[in-house]
Amino acid sequence: MSDPKTFFLDEEEIPFEEGQTIIQAALSAGKYIPHLCYHPEFKPHGSCKLCTVRIDSRTVTTEDGQTVKIPGRAAASCTTPAQAGQHVESEVPEILDLRRTLVQMLLVEGNHYCPSCEKSGKCMLQGLAYDLGVMDPHFPQYFSKREVDASHPDILLDFNRCILCELCVRASAEVDKKNVFALSGRGNTKHLICNSESGKLGDTNLAATDKAANVCPVGVILHKRHGFEVPYGQRRFDRAPISDNPAQYAPVKEQV
Amino acid sequence: MPNGNSSGSGSGAVVAAVLARHGSDGTRLMQILREIQEEAEWLSPDTLTRVAEGTGLPRARVEGVAGFYHFFHTEPLGRYRVLWSDNITDRMAGNADLMARMCKKLWLKPGKVSEDGLVSVDTTSCTGLGDQGPALLVNYRPVTRMTAERVDQIVELIRHKTPLAEWPAEFFKVEDNIQRKDALLGADFQPGDALRALKSPQEVLDAVKESGLRGRGGAGFSTGQKWDFCRSAVGSGANPAHYVVCNADEGEPGTFKDRVLLSSYADMVFEGMTVSGYVIGAKKGFVYLRGEYRYLLEPLNAVLERRRAAKLLGQSILGRTGFDFDIELHLGAGAYVCGEETALLESLEGKRGVPRKRPPFPVTSGYLGQPTAVNNVETLASAALIAAKGAAWYKSIGTPKSSGTKILSISGDCQRPGVYEYPYGVKVSQILADCGARDTQACQIAGASGLTVAPNEFGRRIAFEDIPTGGSFMVFDNTRDMFQVARNFAHFFKHESCGFCTPCRVGTTLLANAMDKIDEGHGGEYDINDIWRVIRTLKTASHCGLGQTAGNCAADTLQKFRPSYELRLNVRDFEPAFDLDKALSKMREVTGRDDPGAHFHIAHRKSRAGLGTKAGDPS
Repeated sequence: MSDPKTFFLDEEEIPFEEGQTIIQAALSAGKYIPHLCYHPEFKPHGSCKLCTVRIDSRTVTTEDGQTVKIPGRAAASCTTPAQAGQHVESEVPEILDLRRTLVQMLLVEGNHYCPSCEKSGKCMLQGLAYDLGVMDPHFPQYFSKREVDASHPDILLDFNRCILCELCVRASAEVDKKNVFALSGRGNTKHLICNSESGKLGDTNLAATDKAANVCPVGVILHKRHGFEVPYGQRRFDRAPISDNPAQYAPVKEQV
Repeated sequence: MPNGNSSGSGSGAVVAAVLARHGSDGTRLMQILREIQEEAEWLSPDTLTRVAEGTGLPRARVEGVAGFYHFFHTEPLGRYRVLWSDNITDRMAGNADLMARMCKKLWLKPGKVSEDGLVSVDTTSCTGLGDQGPALLVNYRPVTRMTAERVDQIVELIRHKTPLAEWPAEFFKVEDNIQRKDALLGADFQPGDALRALKSPQEVLDAVKESGLRGRGGAGFSTGQKWDFCRSAVGSGANPAHYVVCNADEGEPGTFKDRVLLSSYADMVFEGMTVSGYVIGAKKGFVYLRGEYRYLLEPLNAVLERRRAAKLLGQSILGRTGFDFDIELHLGAGAYVCGEETALLESLEGKRGVPRKRPPFPVTSGYLGQPTAVNNVETLASAALIAAKGAAWYKSIGTPKSSGTKILSISGDCQRPGVYEYPYGVKVSQILADCGARDTQACQIAGASGLTVAPNEFGRRIAFEDIPTGGSFMVFDNTRDMFQVARNFAHFFKHESCGFCTPCRVGTTLLANAMDKIDEGHGGEYDINDIWRVIRTLKTASHCGLGQTAGNCAADTLQKFRPSYELRLNVRDFEPAFDLDKALSKMREVTGRDDPGAHFHIAHRKSRAGLGTKAGDPS
């Protein structure tokens, strides 16, 4: 280890190692920054933008003695390298409001009916919404029509809840080496597809033990015959909010 | 151009032939898919499987690429595929009525294929023909200056299954329409002038720096600095190399100056690329040509051939040992986002056009991870001139911070639309006077993502230090409805967002939907507040420039043309978008009823909304 480097997260000094991004350093230091597409085992992606922070805002005094804040640049903390001396704003009203808006955007884009979802209580989108104090989806719902794929013997795909974080795409390509998932379409027609001519999951070589089958942060990739196993009140985010124990999202140390 | 060769059982042979032509190289996927589609008319599931097998790519990745681009079809779209350009200037020229006429005569609904599989009619984003619209593409060939008569003629040609080759040639006539020439368009430049004047790469680099040339795409980064970074960067891996990429994806609504440069000044552009290759040490250059300019592919390839024969391209250019450089044309397939340089590189590598994370920047890690200089068409043409005529000459034109000239594509409400070249520093008012604009209410400068300029700003100047622009300049006189301009652009961004990041993917849709809600007479203060919230989110959190600028026009028009919104806000607070009367429309269609009893409070609603038909409004 070289000499310790630090930056400031909401005025608190955070140490980091060369090559770490802001979110990695923060999570390692026990500071939670909301995220959905970031996962400690995968290369940062930067698509959900929940981890957006403001970097290096300045306060200047004008000629007539007034202090004016010049906002720094906004950036996804999962893809922005930590730099010594940097000032990062995360838990500030403007950024929290932005994150609430982003959660609301995801909520209206898909069909997220929490009470009937098997993932309820351990869904990261739901957990984040509660943690950020999102009280409603605010924007008009899309009510998009998305088919369910039950063709696989062990796994059910409910595309209604897809937030397009691409974790399954990355897991299948990088860990399982199977490329079971990919994306097609663009803009608001972007959607998850399966690697088969029929388009059905049952015609792919996905196994229930694959990383891709176990990485979905929301309720799209579900294991059949395993729904609602934990009673209300005892589910993961019933016991503690998603922001509790940030270390669980900290980067995995490479084995030497 | 193909038309009418049915695919079916022959598609296997077509796929095999195209794959062989491209060495089954997955990085050439875009060209492979395009060439197969030109033969087979669409990309069937079976075709995608064969391409995946041939290239060794996962099938889902091939399907994902096919699904990303507007001009690739994974469902059959008819033997004649008509796409009407749907920029605001096309609308002002009456494209909506003309398209409706075409659909009615063909018994079609937009976006649907006729029952006999003969024809489909739909809209597409700006086709780069704003000065001679309304325009359309038929099987990706542009038809300009559409009129009711021309619609009727085309309908007859389609009905009689006349091959495109037998359509009247004047339909496909695309004019240069140059209205004002300056240093570049008026230059006395012969092929080879720049190459014959070349000194050492370092001296050429110094000259480009000294000239003050800045990128013409709009961002205005110093070209010399970019080339310097790229030249200093070291290639990596088994095949280290440097690359030159010419960004000819001219997708910004209202821009068409690159079309003219490529049509009539291709030598200057290719020579600029060659100069760039010489400076940065690249042996290969690509022109990323937007799919809408497919018709330029053969003429441009002919220019490349001519230059190779004249030793201006290829091995040992002009007899200089070690000076090797060649250029390949790469065609896009209808995705505005590919004008963003990193999305362009992804597309060039045969992938979905999703902008990359930066850093690393293309100058250190670009095409195939190698150092790459990506420059606009006009920048490269300017670089050729600088190499030929010297930095001092160039620097004497324009302003101290913006040297040289800027080519503008002018369209909209003016007597003489077309291409105008000015030294930097020209005032907006001067441009308006020159193009014969009267009673101008606003100019949209730099396209849908640019700036909406009101009359009190017409004294401002086109320059990097004031109003920078890639070249789009659309004029709106005081009969136009600026709300509809902003609504058109909102829909443009909704259609063109790549969908990678949440704020842009959802925000562009929410913005377009909110504008529609206001347009339909259901908007209130609440919706205006929501629009601001979406604009802020787009600007702050979007991954690339597309999302960051997608709200610009709504923001500008809300600030500068507020009455165009206010007159539609008939509810003070909030009204839901859900419309009971509209919900009954399906049943009215099914039952064939349209009497007052089949409507829900229609009279009440219409009188409250007070809306009539508006110019530029698609019905």
